Amino acid sequence: MDEVRLIEVKEDILADNKKVAEGLRQKLAKDKAFLVNLMASPGAGKTSLILKTIEVLRADLNIGVIEADIDSKVDSEKVAAQGIYAIQLRTGGFCHVDATMVAQCIDAMDVKAFDLILLENVGNLVCPAEVDAGATLNAMILSVPEGDDKPLKYPLMFSIVDVLVVNKIDFLELSDFDVDVLRKRVLTLNPGIKIFEVSSQTGQGIEAWANWLKEKVYASIK
Amino acid sequence: MHELPVIESILKVALTHGQKNDVQKITAIYLQVGELSDLEDEWMQRYFDYLSKDSIAEGAQLKIDRVPVMMQCEDCTISFQVDIKKIDEIVCPECNGKSNKLISGRGYFIKNMEVI
Ligand SMILES: Nc1nc2c(ncn2[C@@H]2O[C@H](COP(=O)(O)OP(=O)(O)OP(=O)(O)O)[C@@H](O)[C@H]2O)c(=O)[nH]1
Ligand SMILES: [Mg+2]
Ligand SMILES: [Zn+2]
Repeated sequence: MDEVRLIEVKEDILADNKKVAEGLRQKLAKDKAFLVNLMASPGAGKTSLILKTIEVLRADLNIGVIEADIDSKVDSEKVAAQGIYAIQLRTGGFCHVDATMVAQCIDAMDVKAFDLILLENVGNLVCPAEVDAGATLNAMILSVPEGDDKPLKYPLMFSIVDVLVVNKIDFLELSDFDVDVLRKRVLTLNPGIKIFEVSSQTGQGIEAWANWLKEKVYASIK
Repeated sequence: MHELPVIESILKVALTHGQKNDVQKITAIYLQVGELSDLEDEWMQRYFDYLSKDSIAEGAQLKIDRVPVMMQCEDCTISFQVDIKKIDEIVCPECNGKSNKLISGRGYFIKNMEVI
């Protein structure tokens, strides 16, 4: 009597992660630490922007860095070389970090000692957009060489972030990247988003971004 | 390979519900997937077949329903469906407003399963 029957499931498969992410955000708020989840394609300039941001903010804020890499310590060593606390998060081959992995990292560091924690997510625009890492602020970097059509290809990422940093603007004159077109596309998907244009090479625009971030941190950890 | 973590979660939820309901075999899983998801049906099935081997979900078909992307106009509050590939042309069909916020088209939801 093998009858086929239908059973109800009605479950959001990311619900477990969302719960952990909410818990992490509450813990961070309680411990007065501000976690920024930095997402971008490989090579967009995540590590470079982290280093530049640290230069501007290190006098005012205690900063820590979480480096998520599939399997390398190159980036965390660059950060540690600046005398900044960096912890390596091993994703075990995963293409993104989830809230549980981040929470483990946060537990392993003395989180109360930090005002600002910068998380370099794994380089990819797909999965980090789907999976809430539990951060206070979600940020994306798009670099000029990637093109102004990326919102058409990865709409989810552009729609979930609080802030977009357009990096490598020193490349603008060499490319057909149109910042106005990009802005229009991004604002269509996400009217509330904040957009900065920077170069992590020349330092152009870095102050504006870093100071905006500092205000956010102050407002939340006060 | 971006399918892997999502498929793992789908399988986990499916197996939990299978065990709870004392089923011998899961033959189909009905899913709602937001159109903003970059995962392709064919690849989701392939990864599922791979991960579900030797479990009660082996051989189950993923029946995937795409949830359309909807936006809501901030000016006149009506909701409308959009083609996200044409974002250069998205305006509110009612008032031509350009401040529209995304209200659906995300996520992965398991509706139900066919089981034996
Ligand atoms: N010209 C220019 N080069 C940049 C800029 N920002 C980063 N780069 C260069 O781009 C390359 C990649 O930068 P990273 O900071 O390592 O990028 P990432 O996103 O951390 O890369 P992965 O961690 O490998 O995914 C390096 O050679 C940087 O020097 C920029 O604003 N302008
Ligand atoms: Mg890096
Ligand atoms: Zn309208």
